[in-house]
Amino acid sequence: MRLFDVLGPVMIGPSSSHTAGAARIGRTARQLLGEQPIRADIGLYGSFATTGRGHGTDRAIVAGLLGMKPDDPRLPDSFALAREAGMQFEIHPVELRAAHPNTAVLTLEGEHRRLSLTAASVGGGRIRVTSIDGVSADFGGDSNTLIIHNEDTPGCIAEVTNALARRRINVASMQVFRSAPGGEAVMVLECDSHIPEDLEPQLTAVPGIRKVTCLNVDDTP
Amino acid sequence: MSFLSCAEMLTYAHEQGITLAQAVLQSDLAESRLTEAESRAQMRRLWQVMQATSRDYEPARRSRSGLVGGDAAKVEQAAAAGLLLGGDYLSAVTAEALKTAECNACMKRIVAAPTAGSCGVLPAVLLPLARSGEADDDAICEALYVAAGFGQVIAARATLAGAEGGCQAEVGAASAMAAAALCYLKRGSPAACAAAAAMALGNLLGLVCDPVAGLVEVPCVKRNVVGAVNAVSCANMALAGIDSAIPCDEVIDAMGRVGRQLSPDLRETGAGGLAATPTGRAIARRLAAEAGGV
Repeated sequence: MRLFDVLGPVMIGPSSSHTAGAARIGRTARQLLGEQPIRADIGLYGSFATTGRGHGTDRAIVAGLLGMKPDDPRLPDSFALAREAGMQFEIHPVELRAAHPNTAVLTLEGEHRRLSLTAASVGGGRIRVTSIDGVSADFGGDSNTLIIHNEDTPGCIAEVTNALARRRINVASMQVFRSAPGGEAVMVLECDSHIPEDLEPQLTAVPGIRKVTCLNVDDTP
Repeated sequence: MSFLSCAEMLTYAHEQGITLAQAVLQSDLAESRLTEAESRAQMRRLWQVMQATSRDYEPARRSRSGLVGGDAAKVEQAAAAGLLLGGDYLSAVTAEALKTAECNACMKRIVAAPTAGSCGVLPAVLLPLARSGEADDDAICEALYVAAGFGQVIAARATLAGAEGGCQAEVGAASAMAAAALCYLKRGSPAACAAAAAMALGNLLGLVCDPVAGLVEVPCVKRNVVGAVNAVSCANMALAGIDSAIPCDEVIDAMGRVGRQLSPDLRETGAGGLAATPTGRAIARRLAAEAGGV
């Protein structure tokens, strides 16, 4: 474990998994949406549902959706701040099969885009996104990440990796998922450097690619 | 690459002719891609947050459950009135452990050290030394590197998660880290720092994680006091030249094994220990009724 994972993070209490991790789930979801959500449906599963209120899991996720980091002192007041920001939200328990005990299911609607996401808080404030728009995924949101929704057809992966190679962006990890052969597919590429914004329109123009999402860790939309 | 054993950490420092703090700092730079200046600035920030948490303590604030808050102020008042045992330092350590752990339960900003549930232990033993002028900021940041180094070995060989190892993995680990930091601050040798950590962790072996209603409140806040006071006692033993009969790495391995032997009821599920007492269950029922589900 890295030194500043053992000492740290700086966070709003009381729980790294139920509060800091929950805030990171909300913030990662907002970054993936690419804009301030107008409406958010927040489902809590397992320990998030049973002890979430006492741990401020609900407030932390809403704070993250407003763009706050886990150490933002305004986190406990996020419900009031969401009303000021014009974000409607609903929080309720959900039933899932074989999910991590600290899992949240978010459905977000912004002015331009929609996103659904399932993510788990896996300890020490770290998270894993386990599904995005209904297709399985597995990434932590702590690296610069490029997410591509595409048709499950030959050539899509090559187009994406070629585009990254031309810009000298190194890929740290890459995963591909699909709902069924020839169906909906998702590519998740964690990259060592900033992913330029103009890559998004370039890749969206490629036949077979339906949606391109960039998550640069230092950006807040 | 961080050290996988205390023995390796001590040998590296000895062979390179550097302090334990420098050994820990250097081992992290390659992995974290930070420069030394960035790493030191980050450590300084953690120390500033620890100080700010204590400074911003609000005695009237309560956790959302209402179970926690205001206790640190009681200790300070009783200490000021001369009612307590153990001298000024121990009273201050007790008050500071409660302060930071209460702030955590009340949704204020803390440094997870190593976890949020055990965040009061390290600041509790360090803040009084800073306040009395016994240690300056640079010395405390050096000691925090030593604490982190022992924490990294515990993470590598055992665990720092209550859900995996019980409270011994959180408050126990924090206590070992704090004991090593104190021993280092008082110019104990690297071997004495390792002995202090070994004794502190060994003393809390088997400590279970049994949060009432699943919340980081009861008994977590008061266990931070135990971790802090135990760290002081073990640092004192090591500084007096007492060694740990069992080497630090073997104590850490034992902690990991004991953690795996603990029933899941005693690993952060809120199903055993104090959480399963009639009063613990009654509190959980009351809070669930108030919440109405989520």
